[in-house]
Amino acid sequence: MNEVTVFIMGKGYRVPAGLTIMKAMEYAGYRLTRGCGCRGGYCGACATVYRLKGDYKLYGDLACQTTVQDGMYIAQLPFTPAERPAYRLEELQARGETLLALFPELARCVACNTCTKACPQKLEVMDAVQAALRGDIPGVADLTFDCVSCGLCTMRCPAEISHHHVWQLARRLNGAYLTPRAPHVAQRVEEVRAGKFKGELDRLVAMPKEGLVAAYKARDIEP
Amino acid sequence: MKTIAYFPGCALKDQARADETGTLGALARLGYEIREIPRWNCCGTVFSLVQDDLMRHVGPVRNLLRVQAMEEEKVLTLCAMCYGTLARSAHFVEDPERLRRINAFLDPDAYQGGVEVIHLLTLLRDEVGYERLAAETRRPLNGLRVAPYYGCVLLRPRPFAVDDPDSPAAMERVVEALGGTAVPFPERTECCGTHLTVTRKDVVEERVGRILRSARGGGADALVVTCPLCHFNLEERRPAGTPDLPVLYLGQLLAWAMGEDDPGVASLVGRAAVSSEAVR
Ligand code: FES
Repeated sequence: MNEVTVFIMGKGYRVPAGLTIMKAMEYAGYRLTRGCGCRGGYCGACATVYRLKGDYKLYGDLACQTTVQDGMYIAQLPFTPAERPAYRLEELQARGETLLALFPELARCVACNTCTKACPQKLEVMDAVQAALRGDIPGVADLTFDCVSCGLCTMRCPAEISHHHVWQLARRLNGAYLTPRAPHVAQRVEEVRAGKFKGELDRLVAMPKEGLVAAYKARDIEP
Repeated sequence: MKTIAYFPGCALKDQARADETGTLGALARLGYEIREIPRWNCCGTVFSLVQDDLMRHVGPVRNLLRVQAMEEEKVLTLCAMCYGTLARSAHFVEDPERLRRINAFLDPDAYQGGVEVIHLLTLLRDEVGYERLAAETRRPLNGLRVAPYYGCVLLRPRPFAVDDPDSPAAMERVVEALGGTAVPFPERTECCGTHLTVTRKDVVEERVGRILRSARGGGADALVVTCPLCHFNLEERRPAGTPDLPVLYLGQLLAWAMGEDDPGVASLVGRAAVSSEAVR
């Protein structure tokens, strides 16, 4: 078997090449109950930092998405503590000042770009901080749409910004106040209220189990 | 068309949006193709006086790097604060050792140096020129009495002054070229209090009151500024009893004179009914 040596929390292990960092840790005997979620690169629970032999850089990535390399030094970050002030969305205004009032650390950004380099999703994180600073809420929402809240940028930021909480607020403000309303949603809610689907639902509720199973098997599946 | 790289800065994209639109419109009429820097970041607002904490200098230098990536040699700002920070940074990294160390932060990119930072006022004076400005004026200011207010960052510190720090004249000449009457006044190079507006409103109010009284005393109908922050302070931090003097951004006068719409200038010049359509 083709194996590589990795160091997990400073101890060396031989693991099969081609495993992800997460699988390699499990292969080495770790049982992951935190710092592990979807295993598909979506939930952001599995932030990991590593260094490669002979390379001065500290890298960050998602453990479930990154393949081990020979001589990798690995540490798992189960969680990045980050401050999130309490707010009520209905009481906020969709303006730059709102972001700055709740997250004043934003103004400490020195545009060092460390956050961007840390992002496993390859987002332009610093650009999003800058957009927040100039009150461009749709810009922040756009730039951070694919953020998985893994916390790696927050861990490395010299300005101590809690990035993913800022992004979440910006996306909420954008969704609540700045994005045009979708008229078909209201229309559908009206249709539901008016009983458009009532007959069909009643039919399903009254159906015996065998009928339900047969209907489930015969259902239309979207491609 | 002459292309020029453009650094807007945060204020012009947020509270001072109105100052940007007309100015860029006027510059387009003067034959400039404005190329906004893609993905610019905040200039830093104040130039860091810390010499050895180089990370504080990375932000402004990154903007210069992006100008370099656009293959432009100059970058235009409309804001005096941005001008001050960027021009001083450009100078700071003329030292090769500092540049080397800052580039280590910018890795894998590297700034080569040599980008020149200019402000709207110097563009009008050095590149457009007063004569052409006068010749291109479609809607003169009708002798409107305007007091040019320089504030500090365009003139201090001395190595970065865009004009004689003690008796500047560029803005007066621009005002006259556009058909206005320049009203010089003693406080025209005093600082407005800049970012103390956040922590020490009292200091800013005291200065703003003094500046506006001095300009009114000289007989001005309006004050003209080169900086969105001065603009904000001079409008929003007036102590009680301050003369009710309108404050305009330099680009607004330019915009109006070149035929762009500007309601603020329109009412002052007393020709509010003339729309920009009529002069096109
Ligand atoms: S476990 Fe969900 S992103 Fe890796």
